[in-house]
Amino acid sequence: MQQRSTIAPNSFDALIPETARVTSVRKETVDTFTMDLDRGFRFEPGQFNMLYAFGAGEVPISISGDPADSSRLVHTIRSVGAVTKRLEALRPGDMLGVRGPYGEGWPMAKARGHDIVIVAGGIGLAPLRPVIYHALRHRDDYGNVVLLYGARSPEDMIFESELHRWRGRFDMGVKVIVDRAPSSWRTHVGVVTTLIPKVYFDPIDTIAMVCGPEVMMRFVVREFQNRGLTEDKIYVSMERNMKCAVGLCGHCQFGPEFICADGPVFRYDRVRDIIGIREI
Amino acid sequence: MTEVSISGKVILGLEGLGKIVSNLRREGYSVIAPVFEAGVMKLAEIESADDLPRGVRDQQEKGTYRAEQIEGERDLFKNNVSCFSYKSFLHDPHLCVFKAKKDENGFTIEKPEREEKRFAFFGIRSCDLTAMSKLDDVLLQGDYVDSAYDDRRKPVMNIAVNCTTSADTCFCASMNSGPRARANFDLALTEIIDDERHVFLCEVGSDEGAKLLCGVPFEDAPDEDDRAADVLIVAAAKMQMRSIDTSGIAELLQRVQTSHRFEEIAERCLACANCTMVCPTCFCTNIFDVTDLTGDNAERVRHWDSCFTLSYSQLHGGSVRQSVSARYRQFITHKLGTWHDQFGGIGCVGCGRCIAWCPTGIDITEEMAVFRQLAAP
Repeated sequence: MQQRSTIAPNSFDALIPETARVTSVRKETVDTFTMDLDRGFRFEPGQFNMLYAFGAGEVPISISGDPADSSRLVHTIRSVGAVTKRLEALRPGDMLGVRGPYGEGWPMAKARGHDIVIVAGGIGLAPLRPVIYHALRHRDDYGNVVLLYGARSPEDMIFESELHRWRGRFDMGVKVIVDRAPSSWRTHVGVVTTLIPKVYFDPIDTIAMVCGPEVMMRFVVREFQNRGLTEDKIYVSMERNMKCAVGLCGHCQFGPEFICADGPVFRYDRVRDIIGIREI
Repeated sequence: MTEVSISGKVILGLEGLGKIVSNLRREGYSVIAPVFEAGVMKLAEIESADDLPRGVRDQQEKGTYRAEQIEGERDLFKNNVSCFSYKSFLHDPHLCVFKAKKDENGFTIEKPEREEKRFAFFGIRSCDLTAMSKLDDVLLQGDYVDSAYDDRRKPVMNIAVNCTTSADTCFCASMNSGPRARANFDLALTEIIDDERHVFLCEVGSDEGAKLLCGVPFEDAPDEDDRAADVLIVAAAKMQMRSIDTSGIAELLQRVQTSHRFEEIAERCLACANCTMVCPTCFCTNIFDVTDLTGDNAERVRHWDSCFTLSYSQLHGGSVRQSVSARYRQFITHKLGTWHDQFGGIGCVGCGRCIAWCPTGIDITEEMAVFRQLAAP
């Protein structure tokens, strides 16, 4: 069962955010930063919030923090548009608006007792970090936990120190790959799909969780299928323009789905027929 | 005066219509009806039944709307759908969501007061009534309710009119949404004019509707009048030249999504969004911030939006639906196809406004027929 907003549902007031303050800002890459807020609420890994920058507007941002930590909300944001640039300018003590959490998250309950293979591209790791936190906190509930992370270059990797920490654990597999790298880079170069044949998981007993650019996700799914994983065991997180986040504005339609309410996480067989259609 | 029960039918005259309008106004309703202004039938508040225009004839075709008032004609309703639909009254084209004001601590958010309004739709046609129930499905039946719509929708009184004529653009009969009002009305009128009489067969649809007849002079409807009304409504249905075959339509549209036909349509489509603005079921909205010159006051406003605009599908890196063909595909596949998955049923009621108000005359019924042919094995 998904958790609905802490703000009363069944109300247009759901479009009115509550205010929160920034407690810390960390730079992840040249255009990406992670921001902590002074308020928290229960959320499921994969859910998102609408963040409001005064006078600029709202954007849907995945929650990238620990679902067990209800003292703060953590978001990792790439500064690419008018609103995200305004969010980037905020400093500790500054105020913003937040409402949520929204959407269907990753299938943590369904994955219980199975191997989890996480494949992330670029900032796609942000909505998957709560999965890793949750799985490591409840380590005995899951089989193998594997993270395959691809970025454009070593400088474009987010959560770098945590990647090192996770890689140092004996109860988790981590592989990273970049599209291009300087000669000092000593591990994989190429696309993230090439890592899939290199890791161990049991295809009949695995749940795959994938987030990244659409084209990446399609090729990742194809590679998983080559390994014998069926579509009903693969989950992807989709993205479209979003204004209301509560299924009323129409913007996030993806074929028959409203990404804000039916997603953003979808079992792959549900979106298989539409994901490859141009400009859908 | 005897009380009329639900689905009871009575005959009343022009005086009776006048009394219904004044009863509504006494109850605090703004009575919205089609009025003839600047060459079109538009929806506006009336003060009495005398404001209802007589003898207006409209002609609606692909990319064409013409209306004129015929001198000496007595009829009130022998015309078709107004240019805009009733959605403007229930689903505000422009709405303030909240106001934010900067202060020394950051900013504060305040919810704006909204004036209470009670609308009575006098003369609403069956297609528009059906459209209202479709908007209800979208805005009231999900996990979240659009309370701005709910506030306006709850007190609505519908005094429906059964159509006794059809425009060339009408295709409600094939969409099972007209020309007879079947549900969702408080009163439904059928205008009957012959040499001796100008009367209205009035069907009661709700207790509130029955109460509106208080003080209205009426007689029980004789079977002949009931039959006469039927003949007129059936004739209106038979006049319709357009139709959409809705059998298996959602699945059919899914099959043609990559058809080149969309590119051919896009050569004619201006992406002007007229069709979605006049559509009585299109519900999409955009929400954005407007600030004043000081930068201290921001207002978050909600506007009607359209899937035909480039910004509708804006993501980092550009819009998802760059081409007009992809935007037309979104429009038609949603309206006639994926609406089934989302809300049950079809999103179109056959009012024909999108055909009349398309500046290049793109016809949804014609395009649907082409897609059916293309999908045929």
